[in-house]
Amino acid sequence: MEMNQPVGTTPLDARPDGLVGKPIDRYEGRLKVTGRAPYAYEVREPKDPAYGFILGAGIASGRIRAMQVGAARRAPGVLYVMTHETVPPQGEKKEQVSPQLQGTEIRHFDQPIAFVVAETFEQARAAAALITVQYDTATPKASLRDALPETFKPKPAQTDPDSALGDFEGAFAAAPVKLDVEYTTPPQIHAQMEPHATIAEWRGDRLVLHTANQMLNRGQKSIAAVLAVPEDKVRLVSRYIGGGFGSKLQPQPEAILAALAARVVNRPVKVAMTRQQEFHVATHRTGTIQRVRLGADETGRLTAIAHESWSDATPGDQFFETSANVTRSLYAAPNRITRHRIANLNVPVTSAMRAPGEAVGQLAFECAMDELAERLNLDPIELRVRNEPEQDPEKQVPFTVRQLVPCMREGARLFGWEKRRAAGTRREGRWMVGLGMSAAARLNPLMPSSALVRLNPDGTLTVRMAMTDIGTGTYTILAQIAGEMMGLPVEKIRVEIGDTAYPAAAGSGGSWGAGSAGSALYVACDNLRQALLQKAGMNPEGAAFREGRAASGNRSETLADLAGPDGLEAKGEIKPGRLKEAFSHYSFGAHFAEVGVDRDTGEIRLRRMLGVFTGGRILNAKTARSQAIGGMTFGVGAALMEDAVMDPRSGTFMNRDLAEYHVPVHADIPAIDAVFLPELDDKANPLKSKGLGELGICGAGAALANAIHNATGLRIRDYPMTLDKVLKGLEEQERGMRRS
Amino acid sequence: MKAFSYERPKTVQEAAQLVAERPGAKFIAGGTNLLDLMKLQIETPRTLIDVNRLPLDQVAETEGGGLRVGALVRNAELAAHPRVRRDYGVLAKALLAGASGQLRNKATTAGNLLQRTRCYYFYDTTKPCNKREPGSGCSAIGGFNRIMAVLGTSESCIATNPSDMNVALRALDATVETLDAGGAARTIPIAEFHRLPGDRPEIETALKPGEIITAVSLPKPVAGTHVYRKVRDRASYAFATVSVAAIIARGEDGKPRAARLAFGGLAHKPWRVEAAETALVETGSADASADRVLEGARGYGSNDFKIPLTRRTLRAVLTEMA
Repeated sequence: MEMNQPVGTTPLDARPDGLVGKPIDRYEGRLKVTGRAPYAYEVREPKDPAYGFILGAGIASGRIRAMQVGAARRAPGVLYVMTHETVPPQGEKKEQVSPQLQGTEIRHFDQPIAFVVAETFEQARAAAALITVQYDTATPKASLRDALPETFKPKPAQTDPDSALGDFEGAFAAAPVKLDVEYTTPPQIHAQMEPHATIAEWRGDRLVLHTANQMLNRGQKSIAAVLAVPEDKVRLVSRYIGGGFGSKLQPQPEAILAALAARVVNRPVKVAMTRQQEFHVATHRTGTIQRVRLGADETGRLTAIAHESWSDATPGDQFFETSANVTRSLYAAPNRITRHRIANLNVPVTSAMRAPGEAVGQLAFECAMDELAERLNLDPIELRVRNEPEQDPEKQVPFTVRQLVPCMREGARLFGWEKRRAAGTRREGRWMVGLGMSAAARLNPLMPSSALVRLNPDGTLTVRMAMTDIGTGTYTILAQIAGEMMGLPVEKIRVEIGDTAYPAAAGSGGSWGAGSAGSALYVACDNLRQALLQKAGMNPEGAAFREGRAASGNRSETLADLAGPDGLEAKGEIKPGRLKEAFSHYSFGAHFAEVGVDRDTGEIRLRRMLGVFTGGRILNAKTARSQAIGGMTFGVGAALMEDAVMDPRSGTFMNRDLAEYHVPVHADIPAIDAVFLPELDDKANPLKSKGLGELGICGAGAALANAIHNATGLRIRDYPMTLDKVLKGLEEQERGMRRS
Repeated sequence: MKAFSYERPKTVQEAAQLVAERPGAKFIAGGTNLLDLMKLQIETPRTLIDVNRLPLDQVAETEGGGLRVGALVRNAELAAHPRVRRDYGVLAKALLAGASGQLRNKATTAGNLLQRTRCYYFYDTTKPCNKREPGSGCSAIGGFNRIMAVLGTSESCIATNPSDMNVALRALDATVETLDAGGAARTIPIAEFHRLPGDRPEIETALKPGEIITAVSLPKPVAGTHVYRKVRDRASYAFATVSVAAIIARGEDGKPRAARLAFGGLAHKPWRVEAAETALVETGSADASADRVLEGARGYGSNDFKIPLTRRTLRAVLTEMA
């Protein structure tokens, strides 16, 4: 099925109270909490594995002059020490996946320089520590601010780095109300619970990788390219994943190293990154410097919008954080530009993380809107309502469905937005209290996916696809979709995913997983329904699948009978089509936050938070809410604490453990809730659903930042908003008050 | 992690002898800090002497009306002890402000006393650090030092002692009891237990080689209101940017009659300036007191904020206690 026209009435519309949408528990959740869901590192199938340990460079820029590996080779249990001198030949870089241990050049700190394989993990790690290295050290380039003069326009990725419409400069100059502000966001680490891990096993010329990976078919291609082996000889298996947040969209160095070493030692090799290695060996989100310029008339109508973003990339790479992309579609204004520039620095690979682009772009832009609202003496919601576009302002095509205004209105009602007072005026004891809001928008892509369903002779259904579940509940929603389509309870559906041996699927990323994989499964089930009816000679007109039976007219058969002794299979496929460009595809929402700021210490504590979202058809009300509040929690982290601190002298992230790289803990997240407004998006996919995985983070941090301003009267434009920054502002405020 | 041998002595005396005999030997109790440091090869003991089964896990009343806390009493147990909750509120509160529930179940009293700094550069073995590798230099000076010390620093080291418990013990004037390999016991006042870095930042305490901590003694309870205020970057599981352990007794006129103030997050040891307490009692002014506390304070860039933060936190604590 290709999405060339809006979807008509479907079997999912027939029963609004059916399986799809029900808030049922994730059945795989029980497996996980009881230890019966093996993650990549825990898979027992490859027998007698050896253990690998990655040694990283101790400098961020320069060359290896010499390495002494003798002591490591002779260390107890050591089977193999792989360095740039001994590494087997490799193929080509594919996307951001690179051949490993290539030459003596060091481009970033902790860049893998050796891989030690031993009988046990402890032996491999201890032996790695015996390797000594002499470097010719160069001064690393590690500050984006310092590198601004040499930033350049990156190659287009999915989108062009620049866009322009009308005459921004002229309109901005002429605007009676102007805002020109710079916001910065720091580098961030995915900090997913499960580290990157792989067990590599060669079976003859075929490679099997049990690996923590979000997009198996994409990973299969890049592994094949980097190892220079045919794609059909590479199999990736990833049944359970302990979070990815973008860091597992592509194979990481540990997978390449394990595959290379396993061939040499002729044994399966398993390896996991340490928590410290997650900061440099795996990818991270770049820091950004963003400039937002807004021009408006006195009524708050925007006439000019500019959003520029500078970010960094590892040497030779052109990944850019698409901070300003969402700005192209969010608010109306006739004159507008967006621009992305990058600098190559001696930093590890920067890549996608939790709503790449929107997450940090809206941290800046949605605060700028708040600043403009204040300048205009307008309610921030009202400012956004006045700039609601009739269609996508840059693409100039209609939105599929856009309910941003209803989200803001409903959120305001539920949250008690009318209680918001002028900035810096509400006090409760030592706490300064404020409310803030932000719009949320996230691209809703559809990716090609395919699925296989098989009705078994016992009337159960098997689903197979190379989809992944990164902890979001994919297993369960796929079972719900198949169950509803076939009239079977979830217990009769067996979902088998996480293996490139199954039909190719989109994987989990970019909020496309449920919609893309779910649609392929929907189509497969639809095809199976037709095949069953045809086989039984039943009239498809008015046919229904309920309670394990297919019924049409006055006939009713059990699925087990219809399956017959051999069972029956059907395939399904979904592809984006004409609707992709004919409409603008976004999910929308609105965030509301209440914070308290300690007037003495500058400590900021979230008090309550609400997100109101639209995500088309909700596939499982419980997992949808969990994803939304998880995203909002990321937003709290982005606003208040997440910060990988680079020491520019050494090009090293210094706070590389979870004691010092702070993400919110339970005590940081008090009353938090997410609600969904009814919606069906018939131009998105046959499920009429939209992506939700990343919507929750988009704008969430900005709502907190705006609440901090409302509480204190301070504008902090440098994320995260830690107490030292608040304190500085408070002291300045107090000095000002003393003077006046 | 380097390979090590493992011993489990049966008596305290045997433990002290073992640690004295074996070069590079270390005691292990909860292991919540030591194991992390071993994995990173910041600590590389050749022998681990497991003291977990030694009979040092009791809290006992002392003749003077105080408490004697065994070295192996877990942080969670100590915080929950009825006498501690009733009479040493500052200690119970400090303990509960530290780490997480899981860590507090494991971490011991003596282990917490010996907890090492969280300085990023101490943890990164590719960077110079005088504490980890004497003579190599201090990378925190001129680097990212938001969590570092502003008091009692030296050119060699600006690391802090990260413990919450130690700050409360300092306010309570606890004493540390030890036993050495020869069987000699001694007591070390908490004020002298932790050292300033000077030019030997690798020496963090007054413990001599071969000495084992057996207990921490708390003198009879200090009357007054007990408060532990920890200012931190998130609501739980974060080290203090600044913390204040305060015990204030007020007269009938409501003015402070006696005060004890100790600070965490500021120095290589829990920071207590008796003159600041006197100033508070004499003047009733938080600022006068803070002036004494912060005498000689200097920031190193990203930790400059700790100086005004200390003053503001003290002010807030005293206002709250009034």
